[in-house]
Amino acid sequence: MLNFKCGLEVIYLCITSLALQERKVLSMAAKSKHVVDFENIKSTMSDPYKKPVQVIDETGKIVNQELFDRFSDDELVTLMEKMVWERALHEQTMNFSRQGRLGFYAPTLGEEASEMGIAHAMKKQDYLFPAYRDLPQLIQHGATVKEGFLWSKGHYQCYDYVRRGVRAWIPQIIIGAQYVQCAGAALGIKKNDEKDTVAYVFTGDGGTSQGDFYEGINFASSFQAPAVFFVQNNGWAISVPRKTQTAAETLAQKGVASGVPGVQVDGMDILATYLVAKDARDFAAAGNGPALVETLTYRFGAHSSAGDDPSRYRTKEEEKPWFDRDPLIRLRKVLTDKKLWDQDKEDKLVAQYKDQFKQDMKDAEAAPKQKVSDFLKHTFEVPTPDVAAQIKEFEAKESK
Amino acid sequence: MAKLTYIKAITDGLDQVLQDDPKTLIFGEDVGKNGGVFRTTVGLQDKYGTDRVFDTPLAESGILGLSIGLALTGWRPIPEIQFMGFTMEAVDSIGGQMSRNRFRMSGDVSMPITIRTPFGGGTHTAELHGDSLENLFVGIPGLRVVTPANPYDAKGMVISAVENNDPVLFMENLKLYRSMKDEVPDGHYTVPLDKAKVAREGSDITIVAYSAEVNEALKVADKLEKENISVEVIDLRSLSPIDTETIFNSIDKTHKVVVAQEAQKMAGVGAQVASAVAEDDIMSLDAPIGRVSAPDSVFPFAMAENDWLPNADDIEAKVREILNY
Repeated sequence: MLNFKCGLEVIYLCITSLALQERKVLSMAAKSKHVVDFENIKSTMSDPYKKPVQVIDETGKIVNQELFDRFSDDELVTLMEKMVWERALHEQTMNFSRQGRLGFYAPTLGEEASEMGIAHAMKKQDYLFPAYRDLPQLIQHGATVKEGFLWSKGHYQCYDYVRRGVRAWIPQIIIGAQYVQCAGAALGIKKNDEKDTVAYVFTGDGGTSQGDFYEGINFASSFQAPAVFFVQNNGWAISVPRKTQTAAETLAQKGVASGVPGVQVDGMDILATYLVAKDARDFAAAGNGPALVETLTYRFGAHSSAGDDPSRYRTKEEEKPWFDRDPLIRLRKVLTDKKLWDQDKEDKLVAQYKDQFKQDMKDAEAAPKQKVSDFLKHTFEVPTPDVAAQIKEFEAKESK
Repeated sequence: MAKLTYIKAITDGLDQVLQDDPKTLIFGEDVGKNGGVFRTTVGLQDKYGTDRVFDTPLAESGILGLSIGLALTGWRPIPEIQFMGFTMEAVDSIGGQMSRNRFRMSGDVSMPITIRTPFGGGTHTAELHGDSLENLFVGIPGLRVVTPANPYDAKGMVISAVENNDPVLFMENLKLYRSMKDEVPDGHYTVPLDKAKVAREGSDITIVAYSAEVNEALKVADKLEKENISVEVIDLRSLSPIDTETIFNSIDKTHKVVVAQEAQKMAGVGAQVASAVAEDDIMSLDAPIGRVSAPDSVFPFAMAENDWLPNADDIEAKVREILNY
């Protein structure tokens, strides 16, 4: 088990470091007029967070045998299958986009280890607060692919999973809103005295700049509520690079100000991501308050299917090393070496997944025509007089 | 039955809903041990415990985001935003999130959240404490915006708001908190959320008002009665939706109307009332629709409040103008 309490120790370390500075200052009093060595604090404050957990490196080499040995062969294959599924979903959605059969869709290419590693650590009873790039995790948690497509296309049946009792909320568009709502759900879980249950929430590197990001983690921490905060740092908020978001060297350290332990993980390594996510979940579920995980990943392609062109703002030289870290390459190599995987098996799976997605799209396209009168009926529990009059007006139009 | 101030009537109503429904929660800044900066929640934490009535970190977006997550997990939140100006920090939670959730879920998910917040001029507060911001909120589909003008309605409406399964922005008038007393029944009673009230019957002209302006309108009615001018005063109570039926019934009788509000003139409640009358009942009128409002500047510096806020004199002047049209 990774020690999440380490994060809390950082506060202690900072205090200790300040105390040491004070001693240093006393001895150097004659040389400097400064009381505090801010330069030193600044240059060392991120150190405890800059140790991303890794199990297999980008060449497929197992760098932490002890952690690797925690996985059974079956589990390794399952994790690989989930990444292959997500990549197939990505490829098929891009085809659908080109065919004009989808609406807004956020590509997930390159983020399979981060998304599936975290999703694999979720339990059915957990509440999920996804953002718009998190449809794959949402589907893993109980939404259907058809509902994902309907969300992208813009149809009310996209949220049928909520009605089925899946504990997941909407793919949030307002960046940060999911964080404050997650804190509320976590407090609700605590007040309901639900055991072994947490609230999961996702944002990206850009999302950590939102005020709601801090309010969410701080509220959950103040109430010591079981929330697990994930930051999928994929390097880019549309065209704005990670370094513009903050001068802090890591996003994991953003937890410390609110008393939330944070950690970085190699988000291109699904084994490391899963283990860290699981520990974060265990920590929160055990009543220790929230935890924060920053996955280091990369958005291989565009921000969205709506015309974003990464070549406008980033170079091929930047992209190349990240493409080499492709999460599928390294696990594929490990599994192939263990004779658990081969290209033929992968090709068959991809074909099978894509056939299913094509059927899911057909099902989505067969969704009933939406009625404005229904939207009006769902505006209030009991329609107000004006809304009631508009319901009649639209029902009359719709019956023609 | 006891004579209660407006603020005590609200406290009484909150006490009632905490007692009636174990899923109700009151939270916000200073609402716990301190009982709120105006003492609206005084005594409730002692009576119901820190699990039901509790302080939060100081962040309005966090408070309303928390409300949404709590509602999703089965709770009935009653958050307090300490002053209405501070709702500016939480507009997404109100307009972008809680008010849309029933629609998003095709009617199957409720957001039974009552946001209590004090507003209204005349108490010489610091900036962004007394502003009437209802004009910003009444255009949000799925959100009810209500404000009582007297202690009886204050208690009955806060109970109705909490019992309602949709989000309600419950605006409490700062100036009225301790300036008026009323007979308020003990125990549980409700006042409907979307019905205006005829605060005073009359036959010559109708004044449509809400919150503190209702009292200003009643002063005008008292004064003009001595001149044998009979003024009907309608207290809207609900700003979204607006009960046009009660307004039209009155205008059909008086044929003249003045709409009075403390908020600035641009768009918003008075404009909506005027537009509804113009659209659906204009043939009943025999004079133009009169409007009384604050001017379209920013809410003034405290020392100039009395020069800026519309008062009984302004309403009286407009009533005379419309009567003499």
